[in-house]
Amino acid sequence: MPTTITPTKTEPKPRRQLEDHDHGSGRRPPTDKRTGGGGDNDNWNDRPNGRRGPRERLVRYRMGIFFALASDLMFFVAIVSTFFVSQSTGHFDAYNNYVNEWSPTLIPPILWLNTAVLILSSITMETARRRMFHEVDVMDEWLGLGKPITRAAIPWVAATVVLGIVFLIGQWIAWTQLATQHVFFLSNPSSHFFYLITGVHGIHLILGIFGLAAALVGLYVSRSLETRQIMVDCAAWYWHSMGIFWLFLFTLLVFFQ
Amino acid sequence: MSSSKNSAPRHYLFSTDHRVIGVQYLVLALVSVTIGTLLSLLMRIHLVWPDRIVPFHGPILPEDYLALVTIHGTIMLFFVLTTAPQSGFGNLILPSQIGARRMAFPVANAVSFWLTAAALVILLSSTFVPGGSAISGWTAYPPFSAIASAGPGQGAGMDLWLASIAVFAVAGTISAINTLVTIIKLRCEGMTWDRIPLTVWGWFTAALLSIIAFSVLLAALLLLFCDRHAGTSFFVPTGDLINGVIHAASHPGNGSPLLWLHLFWFFGHPEVYIAILPGLGLTSMLLANFSRRRVFAYRMMIVTTLLIGFLGILLWGHHMFVAGLNPYAASAFAVSTMAIAIPASAKVLSWLVTVWRSRPHYTTAMLFSLGFVSLFITGGLTGPVLAQPILDEYLHNTFFVVAHFHLIMAMAGIFGLFAATYYWFPLMTGRLMSESLGRLHFWTTILGAYATFLPMHLTGLMGEPRHYAQLIGVPNAAGHLLAGTLPLNRFITWSAIFLATAQLLFFANLIHSLRYGKPAPPNPWQATTLEWHPALHPNAPAEASEERIVVYRQPCEYLATAGEELILPQWSTEAIPNIKPE
Repeated sequence: MPTTITPTKTEPKPRRQLEDHDHGSGRRPPTDKRTGGGGDNDNWNDRPNGRRGPRERLVRYRMGIFFALASDLMFFVAIVSTFFVSQSTGHFDAYNNYVNEWSPTLIPPILWLNTAVLILSSITMETARRRMFHEVDVMDEWLGLGKPITRAAIPWVAATVVLGIVFLIGQWIAWTQLATQHVFFLSNPSSHFFYLITGVHGIHLILGIFGLAAALVGLYVSRSLETRQIMVDCAAWYWHSMGIFWLFLFTLLVFFQ
Repeated sequence: MSSSKNSAPRHYLFSTDHRVIGVQYLVLALVSVTIGTLLSLLMRIHLVWPDRIVPFHGPILPEDYLALVTIHGTIMLFFVLTTAPQSGFGNLILPSQIGARRMAFPVANAVSFWLTAAALVILLSSTFVPGGSAISGWTAYPPFSAIASAGPGQGAGMDLWLASIAVFAVAGTISAINTLVTIIKLRCEGMTWDRIPLTVWGWFTAALLSIIAFSVLLAALLLLFCDRHAGTSFFVPTGDLINGVIHAASHPGNGSPLLWLHLFWFFGHPEVYIAILPGLGLTSMLLANFSRRRVFAYRMMIVTTLLIGFLGILLWGHHMFVAGLNPYAASAFAVSTMAIAIPASAKVLSWLVTVWRSRPHYTTAMLFSLGFVSLFITGGLTGPVLAQPILDEYLHNTFFVVAHFHLIMAMAGIFGLFAATYYWFPLMTGRLMSESLGRLHFWTTILGAYATFLPMHLTGLMGEPRHYAQLIGVPNAAGHLLAGTLPLNRFITWSAIFLATAQLLFFANLIHSLRYGKPAPPNPWQATTLEWHPALHPNAPAEASEERIVVYRQPCEYLATAGEELILPQWSTEAIPNIKPE
């Protein structure tokens, strides 16, 4: 039986009883009292360990990806801190003049378009993610009617991949546009950061596209619905975060140079 | 876990079993600590007998000495003090202590081990490249580290150092994610947050710090790499004169070495707490266990662990008092640094109250825990001293600082590891380590530790700086001052040799007990935490893996009755009689 059907009705929380061996020294055990469907052998409480309940693995992987993203956030925070420090740092030249060499890099207008593409890709990805948890489709699959969830999600994941690649091509065009204006990585402290931020973010997106591609393959290959859900769900959270990081970085590049 | 289909390499090398990975990490740490100790002995011997020729190498040049400092520091900090407690014992014991049977992401776990091993190989390989290994210390301060032509060790050696630490940072992050998700999601029934053993709280807090700190280091490494190879100048001041070359054209811009210091120490300071936090938790549990007492103020101990972690992130700036810091910032960092003394003292108080007027069982593990407390106090006392900007002005980069962090981080950290090894050895091997050899090991080690590191306070106060390859041959009054520290330094070197030799007892004990140790009973220390649960024991019969594990109480609950000790493990269903302890 698929592990993903969430019963609409859960057991009421029982009152604390002496048989629980709970003397009030702690809260109730962190167990999810919901069952997998109510059958005799489907009692999650009989599982030996872990957080008992539907979507057990999914929640675990999702939490893993969130911690990884928190770590990644610190990476970008460090680079942005450096951005502000470099921006406000100068030196005294031979004539004792204070020199600040920072001259803002003009943002190629195509980045606005890219940003729109990335926001759109987040929308397609969220649609795909939500399709993965469509309960009517879960029931259809359980009844042996194929993989309706996967069929519904694949176009949206594929659209996200395409939009992601469009975004990356757009970033490349922005770089070439800057290069035709003779603004290179080494031109200025400001341009270091423009290329560094867009480059590092681009590498993150390439990794994300690999993740999406893996999810696409997984949607075809994997028989376990929960595995498919995990792949799309984690790829989606990663993708959304890269979108949010980009909005943050883009705001920085446009308004705070 | 293992099946007959698994071949030996698959089982012992590429296993995803958390216990095997834990042992792999410990073996890696044991190799690292051996290399690191030998390097430190070379340094000490060179310091007091600079004319000695090293076999197969020749005389130790100043750059060789700095390379020794760098590799010793890097290996000890990353591959011993971070790896062994957090990833080694974390993998070996953590899942069992929370009643889980595995880590949350077994494959990622194996990946992070192999990345760590690769990082060590990369680091050690830097010895063999032209120019030799990096000489900038484990902190790799620019601008020297940013310019490949700056001097020996700053070329390929520094690149390999950067690569090694970058790989290690990725591995550490993956490992920390695994630890956090395991603790949050895989606890067994009844294992509420205030029933989690304090060891697990130590691992948890250290993993949180890893998540926050390692990626900042990774960003800093990326920027430094750009400075070295892409011609940027994030960390190189304009017009800097390095090795006879003015770097104005090659590194234009307003780079600041201080920026590296900020980024590095934002990682570097939490890193030392990553090293010590598991030891803090373990000490609490062992002292309570061998005193047959509750941990005094259990919830407060959880809070202080988290508080130490939280403050540990805030106080990176105290490494920069002398480097140049806004005086107001210095005040803020001084206050936050001294604030650490509050939760740390609360911990010491709890340990002392737990042991006070009990009748402790002085096993080797208990002795090493007490040694941990002792070193935590003696090493910690100089923390608030160094946290004062005005005192740090004088003591910065002297052996006083070396003494401080070697006592509290290196020695206390190692004592935590020894306690863990003696305590959990029965779980790993089914045998007990020799207690008499263990006691001898403890007494020689603590004697050696204090004899080595306490006098360093004195040579530091006399003005002996760190990173000086020789104490003789320096002209003028400074040279006179340095030469004055020689007798004390000879004593320190002899003590260091004694301390290192004492560790042979440990190796002998390890090897002997592995083969001929007394077979251990199921719960040899009368412990209360879940790793000794019969169903979670490594040698438990296969059907036990189906057994449901439920926790009913906090760890370290004992009932002192007349003449008899009643142990109430976390899984015991016996109700606690309504008797107040003592």
